[in-house]
Amino acid sequence: MNPTTYNVPTLAEMIAEGKEPEILFWVGCAGSFDDRYKAVTIAFVKILNAVGINFAVLGPEENCTGDPARRAGNDFLFQMQAIANIQVLNGYNVKKIVTACPHCFNTIKNEYPELGGNYEIIHHSTFLQQLINQGRIKLQGGGEFKGKRITYHDSCYLGRANKIYEAPREVLAALDADLVEMKRSRAKGLCCGAGGSQMFKEAEPGSKEINIERTEEALATGATVIASACPFCMTMLTDGVKNKEKETQVKVYDIAELIARAEKL
Amino acid sequence: MDYISQVLFVMCLLVAGYFLTKRINRIRKNIQLGKAEDRSDNPAERFKIMALIALGQKKMFDKPIVGLMHLVIYLGFIIINLEILEIILDGILGTHRLFAPYLGGLYIYLIIIFEFLAVGVIVTCVIFLIRRNILKIRRFWAYEITKWPRTDANIILITEILLMLAFLSWNASDSILQQREVGHYAGINAGPFAFSQWLMPLFTGWSDSAIMVYERFAWWFHILGILTFAIYVTYSKHLHIALAFPNTYFSKLAPKGKLQNMPVVTNEVKQMLGIPADPALETAPETPQPETPVEIGRFGAKDINDLTWKHLMDAYSCTECGRCTAACPANITGKKLSPRKIMMDTRDRMEEVGRSLEKGGPGLEDGKSLIDSYVTREELLACTTCNACVSACPVNINPLDIIIELRRYMAMEDAKVPGSWNAMFSNIENNMAPWKFSPSDRFNWADKLKETPQNGQ
Ligand code: SF4
Ligand code: SF4
Repeated sequence: MNPTTYNVPTLAEMIAEGKEPEILFWVGCAGSFDDRYKAVTIAFVKILNAVGINFAVLGPEENCTGDPARRAGNDFLFQMQAIANIQVLNGYNVKKIVTACPHCFNTIKNEYPELGGNYEIIHHSTFLQQLINQGRIKLQGGGEFKGKRITYHDSCYLGRANKIYEAPREVLAALDADLVEMKRSRAKGLCCGAGGSQMFKEAEPGSKEINIERTEEALATGATVIASACPFCMTMLTDGVKNKEKETQVKVYDIAELIARAEKL
Repeated sequence: MDYISQVLFVMCLLVAGYFLTKRINRIRKNIQLGKAEDRSDNPAERFKIMALIALGQKKMFDKPIVGLMHLVIYLGFIIINLEILEIILDGILGTHRLFAPYLGGLYIYLIIIFEFLAVGVIVTCVIFLIRRNILKIRRFWAYEITKWPRTDANIILITEILLMLAFLSWNASDSILQQREVGHYAGINAGPFAFSQWLMPLFTGWSDSAIMVYERFAWWFHILGILTFAIYVTYSKHLHIALAFPNTYFSKLAPKGKLQNMPVVTNEVKQMLGIPADPALETAPETPQPETPVEIGRFGAKDINDLTWKHLMDAYSCTECGRCTAACPANITGKKLSPRKIMMDTRDRMEEVGRSLEKGGPGLEDGKSLIDSYVTREELLACTTCNACVSACPVNINPLDIIIELRRYMAMEDAKVPGSWNAMFSNIENNMAPWKFSPSDRFNWADKLKETPQNGQ
């Protein structure tokens, strides 16, 4: 095989070379800094490379979308971030964005237009589903997840917030795995506990942590893989599985990682 | 004799009408304490939502059995209004079963439908009473459901049962009088009816005059009960029977994940960044600036007047059913937050302010506020903004919107949020990420990848 290395061009580099990417991959803060989610970023970039998608990232020019600030009530800080990001994006004349973070997705899709940022934004679950449907990702059926019990945890910011329920499930269906649903799923799904900036503070006193409740529900399905499509859900469920001392039997993977592994990328 | 009862009846109608109008005005004024917001766009879609959610009860069928029982009460309520129309006209005109001669054979079928619904309502209300008081369904015994909301629910159910029993026994006594051809009952040939005929044996030993007294008693009880109930409803969670319609019509149409923008903040941020604040003013420089600058309200909401009229209408539409709270991850895991309580608190605060204003009191300036006096900060901080409550509410109420407005007050006016949130804020401000990493390391993840050959080597 051709030993070409993976290619991760920044938008600035591309524009300097007089080229234009088809899509911008918005990595997000978790995708850039969180050790676990960096693996998801890498898996997704590998897929983009393998499929031959002409993409770019912002690299150091990317800022937090401001989602955690807005949900915590600090609209000033949110809008500072948003407007700065929009200036960068509009400056590069970005049209189409794909992201692996439902919070970035929601904010750019729903909250940036009012501030002057209008883009076609796609969550990576929808993007992967499109690639599968177009036959650009050809899963051989088989692969390491064939017949394995997988349960999918709905991210609130994909599902209820933006009505994306089927795309991630269809991606999983392509793995030929045994998909099982939790008691609460789709519109009735239970939050992982991290949205609304809960990720960045201790939970209020209660009888249980939300991620533990959700993990118990996931474990009750008997699945050996919990699939997620959101960096916050990933963290919360991974912690939950550790808390239940099940980390050797049960793994939490992002749907992009599942595809990358099945494709042996 | 009849003349006196007609006058009496009209007086009752007027008194009830007076109190009802007064109450409706109060509620309208309370809702108008809220800020303006335009929700008049997209009428076609709005009608559709109203037709599905309010008229069609769509979300009630998320729980099919309860949905069906609720449908019986709902249809009973709507259809029996036809019967009430006849009763009111009879009362004013001094007639008896005014519609019977006009509708001919159809009349008896109509009454049979009403009776069928009346029995359905009784059965359903009994089941609902059992669910609430004997089975003690968890969401009806939560900590925000104190004595009054519980009593309110029971009063409604018991009143409905009594009203329906009055209706059925009235039909029964009337049928007997018709059969015995007593006085003016003789000419009317409308009974006996499907269900009330089973009550007729109760009256067999009674004299004509005793039955006539009962017939009038049941008639008056039924109609006065309904008039009283109409006024009572305006003080009760039962107000949803009216407000569910406008409330669903004015539903939020944007995706659930979209939070309301704050244009005041946008202008300030754009000024700080040196971007023209209002492009409309840029392209049309001759547009006169407003003489007095628009008064900049508070950032976020401290009290009900900082919320919009829609938030306040939401609060009046709440049925306290607790479906939101049952779906709330914070509540499920024992945190103090209950979206239902947020709605009940908002309504209680409105009622308090309204009562005070009515008496010429201090209104909003009573030293209290929605936040702290009603909703605690601990509750507000526990929300994950997951939208489960919004999605669960059968009348499209949005508790999350209010929570966010109150949080905005905490973060921007009060500057009192948990220390870790403040740290997160300063990280975003200085490092462009919620975590304390150097912005220049943002692209480090790609380093290893760039050296990795493709195809899994
Ligand atoms: S949005 Fe907030 S209040 Fe509503 S269910 Fe989710 S956590 Fe509870
Ligand atoms: S807000 Fe909606 S779901 Fe919650 S108690 Fe009120 S009516 Fe029920």
